[in-house]
Amino acid sequence: MKDVARNRQGTLRETGKVHLLGDDINTDYIIPAVYLCLYEPEELGRHVLEGLGPEYPARLEGVRFVFAGRNFGSGSAREQAPNALLGAGIRGVVAQSFGRIFYRNSINVGLPVIECPDAVAAVEEGEEATIDLTGSVILLGTRRFAFAPFPPNVQEIILAGGIMPLLKEKLGR
Amino acid sequence: MNRAGSYRMTFAEKVLARTRVDGSGSARAGEMLQVRPDRSITLDADAECLVRFEELGLDTVAPGGRVVAAMDHYAPAESVRSANVHALMRRFAARHGVELFDVGSGITHQLMVERGYPKPGELIIGTDSHTLSYGCLGAFGAPVGATDMTAYLATGEIWMRVPESARLSFDGNLSPGVYGKDMVLLALGDLGTDGALYQSVEWTGQAVHDLSVSERFVLANLSVEMGAKTAYVQVDEVTLRYLAQAAGEEPPAFNPDQGARYVIDRKYDVSSLPPMVAAPHLPSNVHAVDETEGVTIDQAFLGTCASGRLEDLEVAARILQGRKVAPGVRFLVAPASSGAYLAAIEAGFAATLVSAGATLLPPGCGPCAGIHAGVLADGEVCISTGNRNFRGRMGSREAEIYLASAATVAASAVRGKIADPREFMGG
Ligand code: SF4
Repeated sequence: MKDVARNRQGTLRETGKVHLLGDDINTDYIIPAVYLCLYEPEELGRHVLEGLGPEYPARLEGVRFVFAGRNFGSGSAREQAPNALLGAGIRGVVAQSFGRIFYRNSINVGLPVIECPDAVAAVEEGEEATIDLTGSVILLGTRRFAFAPFPPNVQEIILAGGIMPLLKEKLGR
Repeated sequence: MNRAGSYRMTFAEKVLARTRVDGSGSARAGEMLQVRPDRSITLDADAECLVRFEELGLDTVAPGGRVVAAMDHYAPAESVRSANVHALMRRFAARHGVELFDVGSGITHQLMVERGYPKPGELIIGTDSHTLSYGCLGAFGAPVGATDMTAYLATGEIWMRVPESARLSFDGNLSPGVYGKDMVLLALGDLGTDGALYQSVEWTGQAVHDLSVSERFVLANLSVEMGAKTAYVQVDEVTLRYLAQAAGEEPPAFNPDQGARYVIDRKYDVSSLPPMVAAPHLPSNVHAVDETEGVTIDQAFLGTCASGRLEDLEVAARILQGRKVAPGVRFLVAPASSGAYLAAIEAGFAATLVSAGATLLPPGCGPCAGIHAGVLADGEVCISTGNRNFRGRMGSREAEIYLASAATVAASAVRGKIADPREFMGG
């Protein structure tokens, strides 16, 4: 099985275009349940955010980061949600707060998820942002928004590109 | 450290202190721990973890733990893809000696509770957000993702942050026609969809004590709709008696310490609580039934892990006895398990429902997640006993979903409009 997350190993800083979403974007919106029998991030990415409308996968073309309001990723346990975002080329989600299962799933597959309400309040649709994971800072033009650093174990998982690479290493596979 | 000291632990802290891998026996909200769950469930909707586990080429599944593999989200399979996932799960279960809940047996969470698998104080992980339902028996049900599950299957451990806790206390007596579902909707309307984000929600008080395990299930089940990580319903003689019957032995009780710390501590009185309805498109958009009364419906659905138990089928049968489903309305009923289905047949409830015009579906999730068996068309309105009414959850994005108790759903099926079940009771 190919794994987009795995290719990201060691990525600390990325720059790219932002797409802005509202509050309570749940996992049914991120990837509707009819796609739950799919696993490949690339395949899931083709249906990303379809719960918000059929135009969505196309709207995310060229987008690197999703910024959103409160409770992003609430709802179901489906890991297909962060994988769909990864498959669509998203390299980080910044929100006011996250649904908890989505939050841990994202870490587990190596998708950086950052709580930073100030950056969300400041960002404009289509703006370019830089996310620096080691420096725990988001740059929007000349404005800097610091976020709480990840706990060391979480940082390790994110930088490894998810749990699977770590697990394989640990088990010697 | 904290075990013998003065630190008073919440339910969540106690369970994670017991299961942490390094054996230090303490846990405080905010800590990151490596823990060893007692059990796990894997589902057809997240069977990816089984594929990933096999890639690792290991022989032992979840060392020291117990695993169930269950098919309920699209059972029976609705597509070749889904059928292939089910076939993969059957092969996996046979190869690794894992217990299988096959197509037709029902919704995993219901089957776990019927069998009395969750015990007070146990840590149970599952690749489904409603895994926290096991709080109805005092277990720490923690929803996780496919990668977490792969890690657990491979090593018997996962990482976990010790959550803060919320305590919701309920006093008073529920009126006839008002249920646990209405209590949880009350709290959900109050706290909102992120009111208990990352927290462990403890349900307690006289009005909780008065509920059966079936209704306590609903409290734990919908806690995830407030953003909770887990839920715990007070363990009392109702819990222990239930487990003595279901599991054949009475386990020890398991309670949080007196004086533990809660970041939210709310009290509710349910004495004058009316039936409640969550209007589109959030489960927290809660209103008293009279504010939504008269909304015309196309479909009524009784089922999901938030309902579909024998007690719910009985309430619906009592309301439909001698009445008919309104013309133009589809009333779908999916028993939560084959056991509930059979009991409903033996008690005559199934016959009452079918002769009134209801359609009985196979035990399982049914149309709850919009995968099969009763998806909604553009512009349609459904009232459901489920736990989520997000836009598009049950089919078309242009459809609307209202959430309510089994009684309110059955009453609405008869009226063809959202209706107050109290008008059908006691007559
Ligand atoms: S019945 Fe609905 S909420 Fe419950 S497990 Fe199935 S899909 Fe999820």
